[in-house]
Amino acid sequence: MPQVYLDHQSATPVLPEVLEAMRPWFTDFFGNPSSLHRHGLLARDAIAKAREQIAAFINAESPEEIIFTSDGTESANLAVKGTAAARQRDGNHIIITATEHPSIIASVENLQAGGITSSRVPVDTTGIVDPEEIIAATTGNTILIAVHHANHEIGAIQPLAQIGQIARQRAITFFVDAEASAGWLPIDVRAWGAGLVSFSPHRFYGPKGVGILYKNCRTRLSPILHGGDQENGLRPGVENVPAIVGAGLAAEIAAREMERRHAHCSKLQSRLWDALRAKIPDLKLNGPAPGSMRHPANLNISAKDTEGEAQLLLCDMRGIAVASGSSCVTRSKKISHVLAAIGLDPALARANIIMSLGQATTEEDIDYVIQTYPEIISKLRSLSL
Amino acid sequence: MKTAPALYNPTVLDHFLNPRNVGDLPHPDALGQAGEPACGDTMRLTLRIQRGKIIDARFRVFGCAAAIASSSMATQLLKGKTLAQARRFTNRQIVTALGGLPPAKIQCSVLAAQALQAALQDYDTRHPATRTPRRSKS
Repeated sequence: MPQVYLDHQSATPVLPEVLEAMRPWFTDFFGNPSSLHRHGLLARDAIAKAREQIAAFINAESPEEIIFTSDGTESANLAVKGTAAARQRDGNHIIITATEHPSIIASVENLQAGGITSSRVPVDTTGIVDPEEIIAATTGNTILIAVHHANHEIGAIQPLAQIGQIARQRAITFFVDAEASAGWLPIDVRAWGAGLVSFSPHRFYGPKGVGILYKNCRTRLSPILHGGDQENGLRPGVENVPAIVGAGLAAEIAAREMERRHAHCSKLQSRLWDALRAKIPDLKLNGPAPGSMRHPANLNISAKDTEGEAQLLLCDMRGIAVASGSSCVTRSKKISHVLAAIGLDPALARANIIMSLGQATTEEDIDYVIQTYPEIISKLRSLSL
Repeated sequence: MKTAPALYNPTVLDHFLNPRNVGDLPHPDALGQAGEPACGDTMRLTLRIQRGKIIDARFRVFGCAAAIASSSMATQLLKGKTLAQARRFTNRQIVTALGGLPPAKIQCSVLAAQALQAALQDYDTRHPATRTPRRSKS
């Protein structure tokens, strides 16, 4: 049976050359980067190189603006809580969109007990925020605007440069969650006017266990963990040296390969959507149409009268790995807040599946999905009311 | 590829992949629907009842794998049950027969039990006479 992995937004395989680069930092060069002997200095040097690679990847002014964390959730917590702590004398109001990642929504909610207030700006039916709505939500007390680059579920790309300007004019910190887009769409922290940007290498063929938070040298941020002075005191704790080395190389390769990956995936994305739409009646695309407003590798669809988890399982039985925004064995029946925010009918939200392509996805893979997925939908529809 | 652990046990998977008694009975003696189409799973159950006994059952469901398997198993278990037995039927019996469900999915078996109770209510409405005689055996 063919194995078709279409969940690249959850994880990508580590590239062989990235794994090779990481390997010696587990065994031969295992020193703690804080140690002052040669073992430590070697590790410290390796981190410095990765910092440069990452800085170049996102057009940062300086490698000093790169903070290594443990993952995207930690980056989001640090960005949100660290800004609230550093800017408490400036105000207590945070603006996010209705479709942010749970790590951002939950971080903001967690601050409410400490007196932080927040506004959730709505998005349109394709998931894109209107900058005018951001302006309308600002108050004299706003210290942070947090908006994603590409949406983690529906791939909608936000007008970041405009929002960055709004933030700059009002001296509000601008945090961009680029977790879903990094490696697939160019990141230019300066063009966005962003003070903080988070992303993770496991989305672009690097390892898990490391996250990145860009912090502009003029942006104020307080640590949320306390201890030593690693990462300028903003993220104390022993660095994950092998993963950081892997992150640096994965970023360097991503910069080089981005155009090719983008072109490859967007071609397959259109082919997949056009074929599925032609073969399956009552199939809805969630988020913007394939093109400049949508993540090139993301397809989020709802097939009426079928449930997401049932689809996912049947796909898995046929060798196709997909995700669903709405259902999960451990979380029970929860409707995706992203699909609710774009006004999707709850039954269609439950019928949701996410397919995300990668550089190794082939036309044969896509043809297999085009042949198999409609059969799965027919089967589930034959059971439905 | 490594063999992956399964989300559901083989019995649940079997009933999910090969659901028994799918459809609607024509002119059913009882019809029950449960669930909330606006947010969650929905199940419709139709029953054929003769001489106080369920002799056939069919279902349709909009729901996850656990809901489909629970509905399928419920129809299997209900066939041959007397109305009195059916009134005492709970989702626990479905879960046991399926060999267990993940904790978050127990709710899916409740759906089938609720659809049954709705169907029995429907039957009672249509046959007010059969409701009373619950004679004690002596």
